[in-house]
Amino acid sequence: MTELQQANDYTDTLGDFEQGTEQYLSFILDDEEYGVEILRVQEIKGWDRVTSVPNTPHYLCGVLNLRGTIIPVVDLRIRFDMPAREYTPTTVVIVLKVEGGGQRTVGVVVDAVSDAHNVLPEDIRPTPDLGAHVDINYISGLVPVDDKMMMILNVDRLLSVESIG
Amino acid sequence: MSIDISQFHDVFFEESFEGLDAMESGLLNLDVGAADVESINTIFRAAHSIKGGAGTFGFMDVSEFTHVMETLLDEMRNGERDVSSESTNLLLETVDVLREMLIAVQQKTDTDAQRIAEIRQKLEAMLAGEAAEASGASGNPIEVDLTADMVESTQITIGWNINFRPHQHLLQTGNDPVRMLRELETLGELAVVVDDSKLPPFSDLEPEDSYLSWQLTLMGDIPKEEVVEIFEWVDDECDLAIEEIVGESTVAVENTAGSIKDESADHQVPIIVVEQAATKQVEDAKPKASSATPATTSIRVGTDKVDSLINLVGELVITQSMLGQIGDNFTQDMLPQLIDGLAQLEQNTREMQESIMRIRMLPISFAFNRFPRLVHDLSGTSGKKVELKLSGEQTELDKTVMEKIGDPLVHLVRNSLDHGLEMPEVRLAAGKEEIGQLHLNAFHQGGNIIIEISDDGAGLNEDKIFNKAVEKGLVDASEVLSPDKIHELIFLPGFSTADVVTDISGRGVGMDVVRKNILSLGGSVSVVSKKGEGSTFTIRLPLTLAIMDGQTIRVAGENYIIPLVSIIESLEIKSTDVKRLSGKGELYPLRDEYVPIIRLYEIFGLHPKSTDLEDGLLVIVEGAGQKVGLFIDDLLGQQQVVIKSLETNYRKVLGLSGATILGDGTVALILDVPGLMTLYKDPSLAKVLINDEQVA
Amino acid sequence: MAKILAVDDSASMRQMVAFTLKGAGHTVTEAADGQQALTIAKTQAFDLVLTDVNMPVMDGLTLTRELRALPAYRFTPILVLTTEAGTEKKQEGRAAGATGWLVKPFNPDQLLATVRKVLG
Repeated sequence: MTELQQANDYTDTLGDFEQGTEQYLSFILDDEEYGVEILRVQEIKGWDRVTSVPNTPHYLCGVLNLRGTIIPVVDLRIRFDMPAREYTPTTVVIVLKVEGGGQRTVGVVVDAVSDAHNVLPEDIRPTPDLGAHVDINYISGLVPVDDKMMMILNVDRLLSVESIG
Repeated sequence: MSIDISQFHDVFFEESFEGLDAMESGLLNLDVGAADVESINTIFRAAHSIKGGAGTFGFMDVSEFTHVMETLLDEMRNGERDVSSESTNLLLETVDVLREMLIAVQQKTDTDAQRIAEIRQKLEAMLAGEAAEASGASGNPIEVDLTADMVESTQITIGWNINFRPHQHLLQTGNDPVRMLRELETLGELAVVVDDSKLPPFSDLEPEDSYLSWQLTLMGDIPKEEVVEIFEWVDDECDLAIEEIVGESTVAVENTAGSIKDESADHQVPIIVVEQAATKQVEDAKPKASSATPATTSIRVGTDKVDSLINLVGELVITQSMLGQIGDNFTQDMLPQLIDGLAQLEQNTREMQESIMRIRMLPISFAFNRFPRLVHDLSGTSGKKVELKLSGEQTELDKTVMEKIGDPLVHLVRNSLDHGLEMPEVRLAAGKEEIGQLHLNAFHQGGNIIIEISDDGAGLNEDKIFNKAVEKGLVDASEVLSPDKIHELIFLPGFSTADVVTDISGRGVGMDVVRKNILSLGGSVSVVSKKGEGSTFTIRLPLTLAIMDGQTIRVAGENYIIPLVSIIESLEIKSTDVKRLSGKGELYPLRDEYVPIIRLYEIFGLHPKSTDLEDGLLVIVEGAGQKVGLFIDDLLGQQQVVIKSLETNYRKVLGLSGATILGDGTVALILDVPGLMTLYKDPSLAKVLINDEQVA
Repeated sequence: MAKILAVDDSASMRQMVAFTLKGAGHTVTEAADGQQALTIAKTQAFDLVLTDVNMPVMDGLTLTRELRALPAYRFTPILVLTTEAGTEKKQEGRAAGATGWLVKPFNPDQLLATVRKVLG
């Protein structure tokens, strides 16, 4: 099974969520695990050539055609100041729904999709200042998953017009 | 065989409304006193078609009404009647009434009988007044009364003796005696005696000539019209005698065949000059459509658009059959083919979607066309002299937008006529031409469609507007506003400056409503005005659906699209021709002017293989009234592109008007020429976020 | 069944005529004015031409004259569809070489009857 098929399978597991939990899709960026609310995920697609837009931040890879509409694509590695990685056909683009001044659709490039997790709200812990790659303004909380820590991203803040412009 | 001709009604209505529009614009363009025949002919033809169609489809009121109008036009066409402004205006009114009648028929609603009668009376009065002799000639064509002598006869018709002698050239009209005989046979029992006495020797025989004649006896109680009708088309091409055979009423019907010979001698042979058989007008209207269905709206689509759609469907079918084949015998190693096929399908579907979108695009002339009439009527009532100029009528926009922009446009035009343009004497006193200019213009700019309504009238009266705004409590008297800010005040709710509420724009609808309507379409409206020189209202509508002709160019490995309309020319240039200004500004001498060179890679922060001006091309473009040369690597193809917004999911980017999706599914960005100029003048703006707030 | 050329600048009339004739089994080619019709007529043969009189570009009577001048159309039935029932108009049609006429307005049955008359 390809990574992409696997990823789409995760988004199809909405049925088996447990009472009172929220589902998160986790993905990997440079060995760190991040999560987004699964309801924000519109689709997961393979990397396709994007068209770069002049005079935009370097983490904006460009725009691509999603069934007739133009959506911006942000490379989260570059956004989080991690070393860049070459795009390959197995590179994954997660297409997310972003709120704020009307709904927008934005793609993010990640290393790989990891898993779908059921998370109880009380398990989400506040974010300490990590002093790491990521501005804590974009992290809405931390959740221990297995032996790792999943950072839950605040999609609306991370991908606001001001932030990705 | 029964055919439901109501299925052609929609087409009839559509072409009739088009015909009325053509009549209207034709009438508006007629030069009083010196109208050219072809223009009148065009108007006449439109009326004629409506009359014919209305008659055929059973709308007798419309047909009869149009007939009166047609008669008047016929006289004009034949030079029997001068084209006066009086007759032109009456004809325009007639067009209105006719349009209302057709709408009423179409929507199965009532007509304004009084108005129709009134206009009809006016038309008839005009016809009677100046050309009384014409009324009879083209009046009611049904004059022939063939039944009269039959009623007189006390005895019943039992048959007809017919002497039919074709002239030499009868065959050359496409008529054939054999067919006529056959047709007679369908009416009753036919006895035929051929007279071949005129037949020449075979050597002299001309195969294209007629030599035979016939003595025919047709038995049966057959109305004379039916016999006459058979020879109707050849009465000039033959000698024809039709003679009645009479018999006692009751017996005659039984006793047919035997009694012919001697009876023929007893009767005089009336030579019937065959008049046209009166074709009875189909009085009873066609059966009404089964239910009062609302009128369907339709779009006229250029055949090129339909053709491209058909081509796309063809491709889709091919893709589908390819996928079908893969699916029939699928094995794992065919996965790449399947993926290719699905990609192909996706592309076909997308192209088809775009192609269908294109069908909705109509030239703005559909919205502009009503203005010649409006301006004509309004200038008539106000006494102002106005010349209306339309341009950019072929600019396409979405049908829905077109429908919604109509009213705001009408209001702005009314506004210009009412408040902008001055009375002729005022204009003369101000040293202007007596005739005011009103200009409607449309064009695409940066993914928007721009509609301008400009006049050379008095311009906005800033003092008056300001005072009014103070009076209405919209601004404080102590405020100091720039002229532009004052102009903006007219768009505030509840603002109206007309001293007298006129028929023209005093309808309780203010500029605020105009703005609101335009904003609801996602557009904006602004005004530029100069006292004494006139005003220009600019409507800007963002068009995610707009279609544009684009030139694809290449810069540093990236493809962009330049709107074809903004390109003047493309040149290869020599570095030595380029003049350098202090600093780094470069100018290229183009004929009698110097155009600034914008190195596209530079303002876009790209890294081309070569920065040598001689390695690329200079595309001279014009935007916001200024020419610049864009330095690019190469020109690629030209194509029509559907403009997609970058703002839907991202934001406006200075120098770009939007994006489009190319045939291979990738995105290409569309350059906005005025934006590029702004960016060139101040590169620091590139990093500034531009909010897409509507600055009106 | 016959091959018929139907000429009318009004789409609704043309469609009605074509639909009616096709329903009776004929093959119908449509043209929107005389010029178009003449061009089509020069490239293929027809058993019958039905033409409106009043049309832009080339009117029906001119078309009739032009067709009659073509060897292939010397004997072809040509019917003019006219709104005018007046004698004068009919004489014009005849003089141009028309076989006959059909006065508008007409209904599908009248049209078929007239066509039967010339096609025998």
